[in-house]
Amino acid sequence: MRANNVLGLVFSNTYDRCLDEITSIRSMGSVPYGGRYRLIDFPLSAMVNSGMGHVGIITKSNYQSLMDHVGNGRAWDLSRKNGGLRILPPFNMNNVGLYTGKIQALAGAMDFISHSDEEYVLITDSSFIFNVDLTKMFKYHEDKNADITLAYVNGKAPSISELAEFDIDTDGRITNLFRTTGSDNANYSLNVLLMRKSLLERLINNAVSLNYHSFTEDILQRNVKSLKIYGYNFDGFVRVMDNIQSYFEANMALLDKENRKALLSTQPVYTKVKDDVPAIYGLDSHVSNSLVADGCVIEGTVENSILSRGVHIGKGAVVKNCVLMQNAYISDNVNLNCVIADKDVVIKPNKVLSGDITFPVYIGKGIVI
Amino acid sequence: MSRKHECIAMLLAGGQGSRLGILTKNIAKPAVPYGGKYRIIDFPLSNCVNSGIYTVGVLTQYQPLELNDYIGNGQAWDLDRADGGVHILSPYQQIEGTEWYKGTANSIYQNINFIDRYDPEYVVILSGDHIYKMDYSKMLAYHKEKNADCTIAMLEVPWEEASRFGLMVLNDDNSIKAFEEKPKNPSSNKASMGVYVFTWEKLRKYLIEDEADPNSSNDFGKNIIPTMHGANERMFAYAFDGYWKDVGTIDSLWEANLDLLNPQVDLDLTDTSWKIYSKNPITGPHYVADTAQVQNSMIAEGCEIAGKVDFSVLFSNVDVEEGATVRDSIIMPGTKIKKGAVVQYAMIAENAVIEENAVIGKRPEDMESLDDWGIAVVGTGVTVGKGASVEPKAMIGEDVKEAE
Repeated sequence: MRANNVLGLVFSNTYDRCLDEITSIRSMGSVPYGGRYRLIDFPLSAMVNSGMGHVGIITKSNYQSLMDHVGNGRAWDLSRKNGGLRILPPFNMNNVGLYTGKIQALAGAMDFISHSDEEYVLITDSSFIFNVDLTKMFKYHEDKNADITLAYVNGKAPSISELAEFDIDTDGRITNLFRTTGSDNANYSLNVLLMRKSLLERLINNAVSLNYHSFTEDILQRNVKSLKIYGYNFDGFVRVMDNIQSYFEANMALLDKENRKALLSTQPVYTKVKDDVPAIYGLDSHVSNSLVADGCVIEGTVENSILSRGVHIGKGAVVKNCVLMQNAYISDNVNLNCVIADKDVVIKPNKVLSGDITFPVYIGKGIVI
Repeated sequence: MSRKHECIAMLLAGGQGSRLGILTKNIAKPAVPYGGKYRIIDFPLSNCVNSGIYTVGVLTQYQPLELNDYIGNGQAWDLDRADGGVHILSPYQQIEGTEWYKGTANSIYQNINFIDRYDPEYVVILSGDHIYKMDYSKMLAYHKEKNADCTIAMLEVPWEEASRFGLMVLNDDNSIKAFEEKPKNPSSNKASMGVYVFTWEKLRKYLIEDEADPNSSNDFGKNIIPTMHGANERMFAYAFDGYWKDVGTIDSLWEANLDLLNPQVDLDLTDTSWKIYSKNPITGPHYVADTAQVQNSMIAEGCEIAGKVDFSVLFSNVDVEEGATVRDSIIMPGTKIKKGAVVQYAMIAENAVIEENAVIGKRPEDMESLDDWGIAVVGTGVTVGKGASVEPKAMIGEDVKEAE
């Protein structure tokens, strides 16, 4: 399977409620992560790295920040004459309002899908962080002669009730598929699906005519016997954004060298370019075990933290176990522990804020404390 | 067809920059890395875009590969345009044969056709040797206001340094009375910055005449400007008072980098109204380990710091291992400083490896004689072996063996 024969579809709004505070002003796909990325960078980069060149982003709500981030797709080399990146705003079919499930969303995007030249479709969400070589998944799909290949990992299932979990036989075929039970040793889906475009068209048309709603139950579960659905294990660094704690943990995980290597260095992760100056450390800066992006100015103490682009840490400030998003301004002598500060947050001098590792404090975008 | 362009820029980027030694062994001087993520040429290119000049011809000749590759289609500076944009202009073969660019003026002469295509009123001539932020549109407005044929950007330099520059003696209306090229006893401290605005019609005429003169060395400073002055053309100086530095020598390049760490220096790269654009590396944020000590430094993305870094500029993807020390130094992209290595007063080019316990450079206070002291330079891709040392002022282009 040639990678440029695979059309990419990315859902930008997936399980937004899992990070309801962070996504109140943006889609899941544009949630900042790891000091310089947005979650959608990961599926987009994996697609581009595999050689795919035509991607549609299916949006639903709050997608201004997403559009600002992806622009014309140039940062991912997706600004092209043929294919490239297309944002698909929600399509209100039959005046029933915003789509409520993936079946409706895909039906709304069917024009785009059908008109594309590609023979295959790869569908992903934005709630999962990974950096895998998708060409291996394409090969697996062909080797198994599968109808649908579904990426999964084995481990403690995330707390997203609609997520599919499944049993697989020794050949890798999915024999039984059900809503996740939250068990500790689950094969849970990463909502990365590969199939022929013609099959997707047939399944969606059929589901729409029968008024089905749930992609997992009405399409995958119903067809688990009649279609050859295979599981493909994503190895390497995988994280699921199922709540704010896991968001916090996934950020902190990058302080580990192996994780950083697995996620950021195996193949490039592209993101919007900001043209910031490299980070500047002042005379009395003390930084340890932290990840720091360009544009930061550090004059205080930073430990075990993730500093996104343009963060300012004032003199005498002490920041520990924090995730600070773009342009957060931490004034002199502020003391922060276990805080997630969204974009453009300003903490005035001498303030003290503390959360717990298991329950970080979240400060919304632009809030001044 | 192309729409009319009032002003286009021509950037002289063909120089070798021989005073930078091994740093320009394989790359043209404008491609030399500067300031943690930039290359020298990012400054004139960004100035052009910020000034509203969207057509730039870049004249290359010496080792153009890396420079051409870096500029690409100009996307990093928003110069990938349907009309105009950035163009690499290398010497080319003509019916009369192939000719290298004989001098700065000749390089523009050979590209008269390129300029004529845009039919500009004015041409800005820039060089790829200087670090500065300047609004050329203001200088152009001044040129028009003075109804000048040639305007030269001018900077007042300290009198004691004046003899290192090309100087201008001015009349009260800022018109140019005389030129002095690096005089022993300067009568002016107004130095030329190597930034010119010409009325194209005039410059075109002088370029053609200059080419016809077999005794000319076809250089702007030596020929075109004095000839125009001699012919009583309207020539004015435009005063500039920001940061400007010629980074033509090892010492000045080292200093200009460290100027970025000095809050007293008037070069603010964080100013979003006048951004300096560059090709950004695709890499993660940098990581500072708990064994690290980083102070008073500039660190780019992708670095992994576990050692001590003080008063230094580190470009992208530099590793400083635990127990290693980097002080008063410039470390270019991809270089590895291994455990226990000590790098002081040094510039290390791209992708070099400083093995364990190697020592590069020395502090001036540790020298017996200051005459022997200077910045140590390690070239691109060079490996300095375990425990080996590189003396101050040395320039290392070949691998250095492990110490016995």
